[in-house]
Amino acid sequence: MTSPIQPGSSADNHQISEDVANAAERRWAIIVILIILSLLAMMIFTGLHWAAMPPSRVESVDVRTLHIKGEFVESNLGTTVEKDGRVVVRLIAQQYSFSPQCIVVPAGTQVTFRGTSTDAIHGFVIGRTNANTMLVPGFVSTFTTSFPKTGEQLMPCHEYCGIGHEAMWAHVQVISPEEFFAKAKASERLNCVPR
Amino acid sequence: MFHARKLVLAHFWVAFVAFFVAILLGEWQMYIRSPLHAWVNNPEHYYRSVTAHGTVMGYVLPTLVAMGFGYAITEITLKRPLIGLRWAWAGFWLVIVGTLMAAATTAAGKSSVLYTFYPPMIASPFYYLGIVLVVVGSWIWVALMSINLRAWKKANAGETVPLAMYGNVAGAYLWAWTSVGAASEILVLILPASLGLTDTINAGLARVLFSWTLHAIVYFWLVPAYIVFYTIFPKAIGGRLYSDTMGRIAFALFLVFSMPIGIHHLFADPQVGSGFKFVHAAMTAMVSIPTFLTVFTIVASAEVVGRLRGGTGPFGWVKSLPWSNPMMLAVTYAFIMLGFGGAGGLINMSYQLNETIHNTQWVTGHFHLIFAGAIVIMYFMAAYEMWPQLKNSAPLSAGLIRAQLTLWFVGMMVLTMPWHLVGLLGAPRRMAYYDYTNPALHPQAITVTMSTFGGLLLVISAALFIYVLATARTQSAPVAPYSFSKAVHPHTKTPASLNSLGLWVAMMIALTVVNYGYPIAQLAATPNASVPIIPIGER
Repeated sequence: MTSPIQPGSSADNHQISEDVANAAERRWAIIVILIILSLLAMMIFTGLHWAAMPPSRVESVDVRTLHIKGEFVESNLGTTVEKDGRVVVRLIAQQYSFSPQCIVVPAGTQVTFRGTSTDAIHGFVIGRTNANTMLVPGFVSTFTTSFPKTGEQLMPCHEYCGIGHEAMWAHVQVISPEEFFAKAKASERLNCVPR
Repeated sequence: MFHARKLVLAHFWVAFVAFFVAILLGEWQMYIRSPLHAWVNNPEHYYRSVTAHGTVMGYVLPTLVAMGFGYAITEITLKRPLIGLRWAWAGFWLVIVGTLMAAATTAAGKSSVLYTFYPPMIASPFYYLGIVLVVVGSWIWVALMSINLRAWKKANAGETVPLAMYGNVAGAYLWAWTSVGAASEILVLILPASLGLTDTINAGLARVLFSWTLHAIVYFWLVPAYIVFYTIFPKAIGGRLYSDTMGRIAFALFLVFSMPIGIHHLFADPQVGSGFKFVHAAMTAMVSIPTFLTVFTIVASAEVVGRLRGGTGPFGWVKSLPWSNPMMLAVTYAFIMLGFGGAGGLINMSYQLNETIHNTQWVTGHFHLIFAGAIVIMYFMAAYEMWPQLKNSAPLSAGLIRAQLTLWFVGMMVLTMPWHLVGLLGAPRRMAYYDYTNPALHPQAITVTMSTFGGLLLVISAALFIYVLATARTQSAPVAPYSFSKAVHPHTKTPASLNSLGLWVAMMIALTVVNYGYPIAQLAATPNASVPIIPIGER
């Protein structure tokens, strides 16, 4: 609180009240800038310290030969344990389904997703998790995440991709790491699509 | 005064009638995807409806309101006839023809691409040409605003540009530059594909170009609302503006920070590297500064009024504010919605938090609160304020206006809060229907019903708004000329940098080039990025 303005000539009062107004404004501007700076600091800290980053890297892929050669041929889709021990899920989206339609992942383990689209722009979010990406034709989306709890999650397409968009839902089964790695030994690519 | 009276009325009427039709479509969308109705027979009808709703609300309504209000501000504040009245009418008709072209194509099912232009889905060329005409029509307005201000400055050398006009021209320049992104996307990438000249398109590049427009356009929508905050609200509640300088700083900062932020819409996209994503996140944080400053200045202006009316103590002045005044009510509602929407916006812009809610129903909730909530409620007030001037009418019914504003506020909260909730639960947006028989989705059914009910309140409110405007009775005695709010300390010398926009426009362009130049060049050079197009409406 500021002290009441002393009586004086009106021009003086005017000057005093204007100074008070300017000082209040300046204080507020400083507070605002501090708020913004602390938000930025949090973004930098969590980015560097927790490696929490949105999906990145600019990697393109030829959509015309996607099905017949390279990483995204049908036999290579699904979950696999790479030679270096990383768990990788490869998937593609097309109007109006994902391949595979049911994805198996181990709980509590870092899982890398690699996906792309063969036609329109698609995208997905897995249940209540932060696994959330866009699938843009011509580009490979990559992100790494982990699923804390076992159970089944829904994985809808979340970008309008044509009239069948609302029917494009896949499933994700999060199973215990023991069960997952036992299964992974038996077959090369895992999925939970009913045969 | 008011050579442009008919011009302004024409802009407002077309804007509000289109708005009313679009809101009916919006409510229909909520109804058919709620459990109150069986699944829509043909989902394509839903996307047609979304395309029309978004195109009108995103391009037609705000553009026409900004143009009409801008012409009114020019004549009222500069106190001289509008230069280029004929050109202004030409711009108006371009917008009308463009809107009709886009509307007819959408109604025919040839342009269900939504309003966000994400190739490789490509609509009929008539849809895009329609949008181009709307934008070209609005560019005429931009030029006229610049020309009128220049002519006034020449005749009034050394005088301070009135704050309302300063904000108005800042909004015009902002629009001119932000529309360049979508315009170049349409002209360089989409139209050639749509006309059949090429059968592939760089979808990643198209998204980046669209993001140039996509967020800054929100600040173009916002400027008329801020002009009402700064230059109409203080006087309407019987006071003065706390700080004229702060208003200028806010408009100038919007000009600078609105542009280099659009990539935060592409946080989950594979075609943009994390470096530029971070830079745009930081810039998006900066653009909250003008809003924080505005909230302070406007609340301070209200506090002055509350204290003059006998309010004391830290909060006593709130009670003594003129609460029955529609403008007091509208700004309060707007600030509450701006508060919730702005908090959501800080989450959207956050480099990491965005991943939880990207492309979920949360996003729809966020932008409806900010645009349809805080901004459109101020469009209502701009129309209500201007109406006696435009129609030479008696004051409009304060009771009806209060009811209309309250319905709008309650409806918007009931509509958007459930959206925020299900967005956090991972509900995707842009769905023609949800399968509520799925046990995971069943609990969410109630939230869609709530939103449908909120939408119904909005429809009633919009109808009431049209009713109040349409039934304004012309009176014989001329209405006193309109005047905008004065500042508490009007004699403060305005620095030259805040009396013109040159510096800020230069910063706007420079920051855009720095923040978009490299990603655009990189994408244009990326191999394999061109993918086959998917024409809409040829099944």
